Amino acid sequence: MDKKVLIADDEQNIVISLEFLMKREGYQVEVANDGEEAVRRIRASRPDLVLLDVMMPKKSGFEVCQEIRSDPEMAGVRILMLTAKGRDTEVAKGLALGADAYMTKPFSTRELVDKVRNLLEQ
Amino acid sequence: MLPGWLIVGASFAYLLLLFAVAYFGDRRADAGRSVIDNPWVFSLSLAVYCTAWTYFGSVGRAASGGPWFLPTYLGPTLGLTLAWLVVLKMIRIARSYRVTSIADFVASRYGKSHLLGGLVTLIAVVGIVPYIALQLKAISSGYALLVGEHDTLFRIESQAGWWQDGTLYIALALAAFTVLFGTRHLDTTERHEGMVAAIAFESVVKLLAFLAVGIYVTYWLYDGFGDLYARASAVPELQRLLAFDGAGRLGYGGWFAHVLLAMLSIIFLPRQFQIAVVENVNEQHLRRATWVFPAYLLAINIFVIPVAIGGLLHFGSGTVDPDTFVLTLPLAHGQNALALLVFIGGLSAATGMVIVEAIALSTMVCNDLVMPMLLRSRRLDLARERDLTGLLLGIRRGAIVVLLLLGYLYFRLAGEAYALVSIGLISFAAVAQFAPVVIGGMYWRGGTREGALAGLLAGFAVWVYTLLLPSFAKSGWLDPGFLEHGVLGLGWLKPEQLFGLTGLDNISHALFWSLLANIGCYVGVSMLRVPTGPEATQGALFVDVFRRGDAPPASFWRTGAEAGELVPLVARFLGQRRTEEAFGAYARSHGLQQVSELKADPELVHFAETLLAGAIGSASARVMVSTVVQAEPLGLGEVMDILDEASQVRAYSHKLEEKSRALEAATAELRAANEQLKELDRLKDDFMSSVTHELRTPLTSIRALSEMMLDDPDIDVEDRQRFLGIIVSETVRLSRLVNQVLDMAKIESGHAEWHNTDIDLCELVRHSGDATLQLFRDRGAELHLHLPESVPTLRADHDRLLQVMLNLLSNAAKFVPTGSGRVDVTLSCDGERFRVAVKDNGPGIEPAQQPVVFEKFRQGGDERSRPQGTGLGLPISRQIVEHFGGRLWLESVPGEGATFSFELPLKSAAGEG
Amino acid sequence: MRKGLAGQRLVAVFIAGLVLLNYPILSLFDRPQTVFGLPLLHVYLFSVWLALILVVAWIAEHGAR
Repeated sequence: MDKKVLIADDEQNIVISLEFLMKREGYQVEVANDGEEAVRRIRASRPDLVLLDVMMPKKSGFEVCQEIRSDPEMAGVRILMLTAKGRDTEVAKGLALGADAYMTKPFSTRELVDKVRNLLEQ
Repeated sequence: MLPGWLIVGASFAYLLLLFAVAYFGDRRADAGRSVIDNPWVFSLSLAVYCTAWTYFGSVGRAASGGPWFLPTYLGPTLGLTLAWLVVLKMIRIARSYRVTSIADFVASRYGKSHLLGGLVTLIAVVGIVPYIALQLKAISSGYALLVGEHDTLFRIESQAGWWQDGTLYIALALAAFTVLFGTRHLDTTERHEGMVAAIAFESVVKLLAFLAVGIYVTYWLYDGFGDLYARASAVPELQRLLAFDGAGRLGYGGWFAHVLLAMLSIIFLPRQFQIAVVENVNEQHLRRATWVFPAYLLAINIFVIPVAIGGLLHFGSGTVDPDTFVLTLPLAHGQNALALLVFIGGLSAATGMVIVEAIALSTMVCNDLVMPMLLRSRRLDLARERDLTGLLLGIRRGAIVVLLLLGYLYFRLAGEAYALVSIGLISFAAVAQFAPVVIGGMYWRGGTREGALAGLLAGFAVWVYTLLLPSFAKSGWLDPGFLEHGVLGLGWLKPEQLFGLTGLDNISHALFWSLLANIGCYVGVSMLRVPTGPEATQGALFVDVFRRGDAPPASFWRTGAEAGELVPLVARFLGQRRTEEAFGAYARSHGLQQVSELKADPELVHFAETLLAGAIGSASARVMVSTVVQAEPLGLGEVMDILDEASQVRAYSHKLEEKSRALEAATAELRAANEQLKELDRLKDDFMSSVTHELRTPLTSIRALSEMMLDDPDIDVEDRQRFLGIIVSETVRLSRLVNQVLDMAKIESGHAEWHNTDIDLCELVRHSGDATLQLFRDRGAELHLHLPESVPTLRADHDRLLQVMLNLLSNAAKFVPTGSGRVDVTLSCDGERFRVAVKDNGPGIEPAQQPVVFEKFRQGGDERSRPQGTGLGLPISRQIVEHFGGRLWLESVPGEGATFSFELPLKSAAGEG
Repeated sequence: MRKGLAGQRLVAVFIAGLVLLNYPILSLFDRPQTVFGLPLLHVYLFSVWLALILVVAWIAEHGAR
C-alpha cells in the first residue's frame, strides 16, 4: 500500500519541489498551506508522515506538532520538522514537542528522502 | 449667696471629675492608646499658663490700666512663633539626655553640676511658692464671696480658724491629687499622661466659664461691646482706660519689658517647661500649639475689658475690688448659678497651676536638692541600700505636700499683703533669670559652670533686692525706709531706682538690671577660661543635638564596669521590673537574647547613666554610676581629641554620602546603558535570525530543484522548464533581498549616498504609475492618479523617492481584490509640505497589525497569498521619507481598504545637502 | 515642614509682631478715635494679635502638607 505524506509549508516553491520529490519516491502526497489546514488534513486523512514547516501562518509548526502529539488517536503519525531558522534551541524545542526528526533548510534532497524512508519503515 | 455645703460639694465633685479624667488618661496610657498623643490636647495643656491670676486678675489689671493686662498674653503669642525653633530643640535635648526639669537641664548642660541644679531649684521654689499661695488665696476669697462672708462692698469680713479653713482642705486635696497622678511610679521620662489629660480638661473648663461670664456681662447686662465702650467714654474716670498711657504707667519701655517677660515665662516657668518639654509626647504637636495656644489666649481675653468696664460702671471706681468682678457682677445680679460656674472655672485655673507646678518643683527638689545631699551624707549608705524606689517616691511625695503646705502657710501669713497680690509678675521675673543660661547653653558652647553660677546668682540677687525685698517692705514686713533712701542711706542703692535709673515701672526696672547682671556675669565669667572636659562634652551634646540624630553620644567612661553591677544599681532606683524591661529592650536592640550577655562597654554605661538621670537627675546619676565604674578622668586634651575626631568623622561621612550618591547615579546610568545595549543586541539577533530565514527559504527551493534535476536527467522538459523558472525567480528574490538588506544597513548607519536634484513630484508620481502599470493590468486593477497642475520643485534624491512610490504602489497592487481592484494616488501641496496618499480598496489592516507593518520582515495581508516581498520595503521607505524630514503613516479601516501617506517638507536640511 | 523655609517665615513673623506691638508703631494708634464705636487702640491690638495667630497657623499647617 502506498504511504501517505502530508506537506505543510506556506512557501509555494518549496511545496512544489517537495511534492515532486515525494511523488517520485512513490508516496501519495497531500498539501497544506498553513498550520490550521495542516491540522485539519492530518485529522481527516491520517497521513503516515508530515513534512512540517515551523514558520507558518495561523499556526506555527510547533503548535501543530503539539496538538497532534496530544491526541492519542494520531500516535502513528510521524512528524519531520523543517525549519529555516537553524538555531539549536529550535531543534531542541521541536524534538521536545514530539517531532520524530528535524531538518534545517536548505536540505539535501537525498538526505531528506533517506530520512523519510527510515521514518516510514520503523 | 450660696450655702457653703453646695460650694464645697461642687468643688469636690469637680475634683473627683478631674480624678476620673486623670485616671482615664493613665489607664489609656498603660493600654498604649494615649489620649494626650494629640496636638489639640497638647495645645490645651499649655494653657496651664492661665492661672487664677489670669482668671481673676486680668479684669483687675484692665480695670486699673486698660490695655496693660495684654503684654502677659502678647508675649507668649510672639514667643511661640519661635517655639518651633527653640522649644523643639529643648524637647530634643530633654528627650535625648533624659532631662526632666529645668534645674536638671541647667545642671546637665554645665557639666552635670549639683550646685547649679540646686541653685536653679532654690530660685524656682522661692519664686513659685508665693505664686501657689496666690492660687489658694483666689480659691479662698472666691469661696468667701459665694457664701456671703462679705460686706456690702464685697470685702471679705472674717477669716475662719486654721482648722475650719476650707482652703487648707483644698490644698490637701490638691496634694493628694498631685501625689496620686504625679508620683504614681518612677519613670525614666517623668511623664504623667493622666495629669496632662486632666490639665487639658481644666483648660476647657476655665475657658468656657470665663466666656460664660463675659457673654453674660457684655450682652445680658449691657448691649454689647459698642454699648460698653460708649458708656465708658462718657465717664471721665473710665476714659483713661481706653488710651495707652492713661493709667499713668511708665511708657513704652515698660510695655516692651512686660512683653519680653511674658515671652520668657511661657517656657521658663517650671510648669510650662514641664508641660511643653517634659510631658511632650510628640515633637510635631508643637507645630499646632504655635497657633492654637495663642488663639486660646485671645479667646480667654476677649471679654476682659468689657467685664472690667461693666464692673466699674456698675459698682463705680474705688469701691469693689476689680479682681472679683467676674464673681461679684453675677452675685450682685442674683445669678448664683453663674457665679458658681465662674467659681468652678477659677478653681480649675488654680488647681491646674498648683498641680503641675508642684510636680515640676517636687522633681527638682528631689533630684537636685535632696538626692545630692543624701549622696553626700555618710550616715545613709546609698550604695548598700537594696531598693531605693520607695525612698525616691517618698521624697517626691513629701516634697509635694511640703510645697503645698508652704504655699498655704504663705497665704495665711500674707493675707492681703502686697507681696502676695503682686506676685504674678514678680514670679515671672524670677524665672526669667533662667533664660540666659538655658538659651545660651543651647546655642553657645563657651558657657562654663562658673559662668552659669555667677549669672544665676547675680540675676537672683538683683531680683531679690529690686523686687522681693521692696514687696516685703510694701507689705509692712520690713522697714520701708530703704525704699525711700536706699541701704545705709546711699541714694544710688534705692531698690526701685538702682543707680538712679528712673522712668521705668518696678517690674521693668528689676527685669532690666537683673538680666543685665545675669547675662553680664554669665558671659563674662564664662570667658575667663575654656570649658573643661565635661562642660565641653555637654555643650557639644546640647548645641549639636539636631546633628547627632539618635546615635549614642561619644561616651566618656573609658573603663568598663561589670554589667552585673550596673543592672542592680539602676534597679535600686527604678525598681526591678522597669529596670529589667529597659535593659531587656537594650539587649534585644543589640541582637542579644539575655541581659546577662551584655558587655559593659562605654555605651552600656552611658545607657545606664541616662536611665538613672531620668529618675534622679543627671548630676546624681553620674555620681551613682561612678561608684561602680572606675572611670579614669579624661583630661581636656583627650576630650578635645574625641570632639575633633567626632567632627572629622562627621565631615568624612558627609563626603562619603555625597560620593555614594554620585556612585549610585553613575550606576543607574550604566545600568540604563546596559539595558539599552541588551535591547539592541536582542534586536540584532532577531534581525539576523529573520535575515537567515529569508535567505534560506529561497535557497531551499533552489537547492532541492537543482538536486532533483541533477539526480534525474530524465525529467520531462515541461517540468524542467517549470523548475528552472522557479530557480530563476528565487535567485532574483535572493539578490533583491541582499540588496535591500545592504540598503537598509547603509541608511540606518548613515552611510547611504544621497544624490539630491530638483525634483518635480508630479513627474515622479506619473513615472511610478507607468512603471507599475503592467503589475496592475496583471491583477485586473485600475490605477488613478490625481495630480495638481504644477507643484514647486523639491530638492531630494529622485531614485530614493521613486523607490518609496514603487514600494507603496506594488504593495497596493498586491492587496487589491483581483479583477475589481482600484488604487488612487493623490498629490497635494499646501505651501509648506507635499503630501502623497496611496489609497487601495483591499481588505484593510487590523488596528493591532498597523504599527507592525513598518517593522522589518513583518508582512501584512492574507498569508495564503503571501505577497512576494522581502518585508523590508516599508521600513526602508519610512527611513527614506524620514531622512528628508517627512513622515510615512498608515490609515486603515478593516474591510474598507488602506491608505499609506507620506509628507515631505518643501525645504529640509537633508535636501539642501 | 520644610524646616528651613518655615523657620525663616516664623522668625519673620516674630520680628513683625515685635515691631507692630511696640513703640513706635503702637504709639501711632494711641489716639482718641473709634472704629465702629470701639477705641482704635483696642481694635488695633486685638486685630494684630489675631492676624499673627492666623499667619502662624497658615505657616504651621500649610508647611505640613
